[in-house]
Formats: sequence, C-alpha cells, structure tokens
Amino acid sequence: MTEELERAKRAFAAQEPIRPKGDARRAAIAAAMTRFEQEEKGAAQGNSVRERLMESGGSVLAAFKRRRIMNIALPKRSHMLAGGVSLAALAFVAFNIGILQGPYRFSDPGVTPVANKPAKDDAATSLVDAVSGQSADIATEVSKLVQPEAAPAENEALQSAPARLTLQESVGARPKFKAESRIAPAQGVLAGRARESDGLAGVAPGDDRTQHIYQDQGRDKFVDITPNPVKLVSEAPVSTFSVDVDTASYAFVRSELNRGVLPQKDAVRVEEMINYFDYSYDVPADRAVPFNAELSIMPTPWNTETKLLRIGIKGYDLPKAEAPNANLVFLIDTSGSMNAPDKLPLLRNAFKLLVSGLKPDDTVAIVAYAGSAGTVLEPTRISEKAKILAALDQLSSGGSTAGAEGIRQAYQLAESVFDKDGVNRVILATDGDFNVGITDTEELKSFVERKRETGISLSVLGFGQGNYNDELMQTLAQNGNGNAAYIDTLNEARKTLVAEAGSTLFTIAKDVKLQLEFNPETVKEYRLIGYETRQLNREDFNNDKVDAGDIGAGHSVTALYELTPAGSGGGLVDDLRYKKTENTAPAELRNEYGFLKIRYKQPDSDTSELIEVPITTDAEVAEISQASKDTRFAASVAAFGQVLRGGRYTGAYSYDDIVALAQSGKGDDPYGYRGEFITLVQLANSGQALEPLKK
Amino acid sequence: MYMNTGDQDLAKSAARGDAASFQALLERHYDTIYAVAFRYSGLREDAEDIAQEVCTSLVTKLHSYRGQSQFKTWLYRITVNAARDLHRKKAASGKLHQAYAELSDLAREEATESAGDIAWLYQSLDRLAESLRETAILVLAEGMNHKQAAEILDVKESTISWRMHELKNQLKAFATEEAQA
Repeated sequence: MTEELERAKRAFAAQEPIRPKGDARRAAIAAAMTRFEQEEKGAAQGNSVRERLMESGGSVLAAFKRRRIMNIALPKRSHMLAGGVSLAALAFVAFNIGILQGPYRFSDPGVTPVANKPAKDDAATSLVDAVSGQSADIATEVSKLVQPEAAPAENEALQSAPARLTLQESVGARPKFKAESRIAPAQGVLAGRARESDGLAGVAPGDDRTQHIYQDQGRDKFVDITPNPVKLVSEAPVSTFSVDVDTASYAFVRSELNRGVLPQKDAVRVEEMINYFDYSYDVPADRAVPFNAELSIMPTPWNTETKLLRIGIKGYDLPKAEAPNANLVFLIDTSGSMNAPDKLPLLRNAFKLLVSGLKPDDTVAIVAYAGSAGTVLEPTRISEKAKILAALDQLSSGGSTAGAEGIRQAYQLAESVFDKDGVNRVILATDGDFNVGITDTEELKSFVERKRETGISLSVLGFGQGNYNDELMQTLAQNGNGNAAYIDTLNEARKTLVAEAGSTLFTIAKDVKLQLEFNPETVKEYRLIGYETRQLNREDFNNDKVDAGDIGAGHSVTALYELTPAGSGGGLVDDLRYKKTENTAPAELRNEYGFLKIRYKQPDSDTSELIEVPITTDAEVAEISQASKDTRFAASVAAFGQVLRGGRYTGAYSYDDIVALAQSGKGDDPYGYRGEFITLVQLANSGQALEPLKK
Repeated sequence: MYMNTGDQDLAKSAARGDAASFQALLERHYDTIYAVAFRYSGLREDAEDIAQEVCTSLVTKLHSYRGQSQFKTWLYRITVNAARDLHRKKAASGKLHQAYAELSDLAREEATESAGDIAWLYQSLDRLAESLRETAILVLAEGMNHKQAAEILDVKESTISWRMHELKNQLKAFATEEAQA
C-alpha cells in the first residue's frame, strides 16, 4: 500500500472509537422490535409470505396483468428490497425481471441452468457478465437481442421453491409470453395491431426493436411547441431560422407508435422527422463551398390552392481517409432509471457499433455517472479495442443521476487529450433524468456553451421512454454544437453511429442559418413547416455571434415552406380594405418567388460566409407527379408530422393519402427506412381514435 | 443464550418469527451499523437516523436473506444503501452539510499527534466522489478486502481496485496541494 493510503488508514484508525449513544441505540432497537412484532402478528393471521408466493406463483399471466402495480419498484433494482415493498410484491417483480429482462442478460442457453441452482445473485450476475464479456462480437450480441429466451432473474426471492417452479413452467410457455409482453405495455390498446407489426418487422428496420418491460409512462418531458403561423409577405417578408440536423423526434415517435400509442404532440418536431431521411441532393465537389442548395416547388398535396417549396441542402461528404482523428468521450448514464432493456443494454451495443467504425488512431474514453461520476476508461486508442469493449461490458446501472458532475468530468477528459486538428467530442448517452447536482437546465446550458468555445462539442444520444427528458437533451445538444439523436433500436444505433458516423462526428460547417425573403409580387402568404424551436430574429442572420445549427459531413437538411401565390383564392388572411397596394418589385424579378440566403462558418473560422440563391419559377413543376421522388417523400413526412400534431393546416388530408404519397416517393429505399415510415403511418392510422398519453 | 449462535442461524430463526433471535442480532450489530453510518454521513444525528432505519427495515428484509453471503456483508450492504439514500435526499433538498469540513475543524483543534492526519482525512473525504468515499470507508476504515467491498457496493472487484488506485492518486494530489498551501 502506498504512503497516502497508509496515511488515510492510520487516520481512520486514530479516530476515537465511534460509539453510538446508549439511548439512540435503545430507541432504534425498540422501534425495530415493535415493527417485528406487528409483522409477526400479521403473519399469524394467515398473511404468510410463503402462502402469498404460492398463490401468485400459480399463474404467471396473472402477474403480468398486475404489473402496473409494481412498476414503481422496477426501475431501481437496489430499492426493490426496500422496506416499504411487501414480499408478495417482490415475488411479482421477480417474475417481471426474470422473464422480461432475461433475453438481454441471460440469453445464452448455456447459462439457463442457473435458474435451478440456488446460486447467489452476485455469482449469477458475474457469470452473465463473463458470458457477455466473451462475446465481444457484436453480431452475436445482436442475435441475442432479438432471441428471447426466458431465464432466471437475479432476485433473491426467486430462489424460494414455488417461484422457481413457476419459472420453469414459464420456460416451456415461452411463445405465449412473447406476445403477452408486447401487448401489456401498450395497455391492451392496439393489441392486434402490435402483433401485426411484429409480423411486418421482418422486413422493416424496426426488426430488432427491443421488447419493452413496463416502465414509467407519460413522464417524458418535451418543450411546448406552437406551430409556425401563416405569415403575410406584405407584413413579414423575411423568414429566418437555423438548420436542424437532429433526428431524435422521429425515432421517439416511431417507438411510441410501435408501442401502440400516439405520441404527445410536442414530441413531434416535423423538421426532425423530415431530416431523418436521406435525400439524394447534389453533393458539393469540395470543401471550399461545403454545401449545395437545391430548390423545388410543387403543388401542396394537402391544399390545392398553395404551393410547396422545398429547400434541400447537402453537406460535403468527407472520404473516410480524410476524416480527422476523433477524440471521443462517452459519457454514460448508469443510474437506476437506465436499468431497462431499451436503455443500458442497448446503449452498450450502440457504443460497440460506434467503436467498430472508428479508426485505429482515434481515442475513446468512458465516464459513467450514477450517484457519482467516475472515469471507467481513460482515453484509449481504438487499436486497443478489446479494452474498450470490456469497459463497456462492465457498466451496470443503479442509483440516482449526478449528470452534471459527469459532464464536467467528461469535458476534463476530452481536454486532457485535446487534438487541435481532430474532432473533440463528448457523447452523452442518457434518458435525461438528471437529479443530483446541477439539475437546472439553464446552468447546464451555460456550462456547455462555455465549453463549446474550447473546441469540444457535445452530442446527445437519448434512450428509453416514460422518463425521457427531451427538453434537456435538446438544450444540451443545441448549445454544445452537437446533434441529438434518439436511439430506440439497434438498427437506429447503426444508422446514427455507423452509416452516418461521418455526419454525427465531423462538422463541415457551423452556425448554418437560412434566410428567405419572399417576393410580394408572387407570394401572398407563407408558412415554414417545423423548425419552431429554431427560429431566429431577422437581424440575427448577419450577427456571427448568434449560434445556430451545425452540419456534419454528408448531412442533408430539408426545409419546406407552404406558399400561397399572390392572386390565388386559397389565402387564409383576407385582404385589407384600406391597404394601398404597391408594386415595388422590378418587372424582371417577377419570375422569382423569393431569395434564399445561407450563412455558414467553416469549422475553424469565426466569420461567416454567404451563399445566395434566387428561388425562381424554373424550379417549379405543375403536378405533384412531376416532382422528384425525394420531394414527394419529404412532403409526405411533413404531412404526417403535421397530422400527428393535430393537422391544423392539413385540412382533410388523411393517413391514407399520406401512405399513397409516400409510396409514390419511396424510390429505391436500400435500407428500408422509407418502408418503415409507411408502416408507421399505417400504425398511426389504426391508432388515431386513441387519445395520446396524458402527462 | 444466543451468545454463541452464529449470525446465519439467528437470522433464520428471526425470519421464522423468533423475537429473541432478532433482538440478539440487533444488539450484536447495532454498533457496526452505526459506525459505518457515521463514517458515511459525518454527523451523529444522521448516523442515528440511518441506523434506526436499517434496524426497522431488517424486519422485512430478513425474509430475503438466504445465507448466500456472510450476514455481516449483507448488513453492510443494507447500511450503505440506507446511508446513500439519506445522503441523496439531503443533496436533493439542498441540505447537504459540510459535515466532513466541520469534523476536520474539530480534529484540528485537538492537540493529539494524529489530529493533523484526521483533519486532512476528513477534508479529503469531503472532496472525494461518493464512490471513492464509500470504497475508502469500507476498505481503509472497515478493513475489508476488495472482494468484500465489491460485494457490498454491488460492483466488480476490479472496480474496487480501480477506485483504490484512483483514491491513491487523488489523495496524493490533495497532499501535494496541502504541502504547497
């Protein structure tokens, strides 16, 4: 032992013996004895714990039906044995954890016999860890994830004889559980539909979607959004906003719909849904002008009187060899609330995927935080991949969430190996439930902002449902020059962290702002679809101090405007009786709908550059069918998002119309993302009679 | 009459409803519970609260004790969890005292030889992350080996080793700062 530890040990020993006061001691023992007697009295009257176990053990399905009662005890394993929970409830919890968590932790058939051995829980846990440690191979992990195998839980209560018996029965009855466990979280709603979607999942990317255990519901936090209103060009001819490359909203909406519930309105950010998909806009040839703007105008599908303007921007795509070295710090939430199959286990696999896609010279460090924060892995080169994967496997959840402390430590680590030519990024993975230390959003925000100046950016990966704090995640990512993604399935992890790793990790342009000036000669009213949380003031456009969204390598950004042409009868705002109409636009500009300006900064620069493009009638097509497939598909996604938000401007446009439009714009769809979207619209269609979950 | 009966047997008969066994268990272990709670919280009142909470919760928890781990280990685990809970509640309600700092000042006023070391220790504990502090208390003060500490804190043995390594580094840093000050 070293000098310091010896010194501490000596000091501990030198403390005067810690003796309790006699009366406190007596009081505590007396209180416990009283409690003991009360309990025993209850037991004598026939409420014996064991009898209750037998009773409940008779039907596991009964345990499922009553799951809602004990979900309070589920998220925090360490508290499951806490005094307030009766042992009868404990037995239920044991079943839930055993069966539903089983597939993720005990999936290897070789481990199953543990069920019958009264091994102590720690031994079981470490055995499983050993198993998963051997199989660093991600492919195996993936196949485990989708292969349910009922297996034992680590709960001590399980080891009582009746419970064990039932568990064995349950192994035999496995297929039944699979269906049952999917339906239960959806509270029975859309039950048939959920099963059907399971069937469809064979072709859809939602394939490896995790099974859900019952968990918190309706505590997801979202910022309230008021949809952008229709604006009169004569009153507000200029529209300014920041780009948004986040996709979190789409994945969240998808996982809600897959559970058979309509998402709450504020969870639906239309621009994030549109931007989830990749569109084949022209890729710029070199980095000097890092992106192209592509314009198209077609009739609005949901309103025959208006036109839909699509602005598509595609960022320069960095060849992998040219990619700068990455210095990444994974900041991983291991608090009790992450203890669910769609959180920590999924997160582990997601990060393994990310690590598999990095270059040997990139470094990764891991900070985990629960009640306190700690460095799990010092910055380590990808060439020592085994070490990184082992560290990921070690993560286990429990306790409250000292997220702020974790963020601080993560930035410290990133600074310690700061690479001024490379990408320095903290990747935060959490359900956003910070409850220890700085929990104030504003304070966290300003911390992240300050750190942004040092060249370290922050990306946020959201996990889980029921307790998801979207508001905090968005704030952190937007102010940390990062992006936010929501990971609900391993496939989503693959999309974000492998297929689009370039755009997630490497910024090619920062503070990208768009400003449109409309021509009152040709446009009467306009409405920006989505981007509510990204609005900027007109004067912010030219102010380089005002932060805006960043674009990563290969990112595409799409914005849609609904335009009411001048002279059309479809306007929502009546003309003024006393207004004097002035003709200010020169005649030669009459073929222009407006003028698009894009400001951006090179990643290493503080001064912005400007791109200007006129929006002319050249980009216009007369029929929807003449527009490109991408445009049609983007329009269908926009329609879906708006309908989910209540359909204020979409009139009678129905889910069936959306499906038809999306089908027509589906195109090649090599990864099945668009096909999956169509399935989602159909899911929503059958669920539209349902109320969204209330807060 | 229970003086020579082992913890495991006492726990079993207490779980079956024997009040005398239960009382014997409490009498035997109260002081340990209290000591851990005190080291953890640094405040006498808190330690008393924690100890009482642990004692009463044992009534129901005993049913789930199946003798897989040593009784004492199991009890430490419950105590540490109770101490953590209280700590968090206080932290959440903004009432977290600088308990260690006060203890440190108290120690400094004493003229004993080890006073300086104790003061330094408490000052350091105050600055450590929770996980390191817990580990320090179990390993250095309670004399546990890494395996036992790992079992109590529900982490891997390697984590305890890592934390001890980290603890050493941090203490070293604190000592250096102290020397420079």
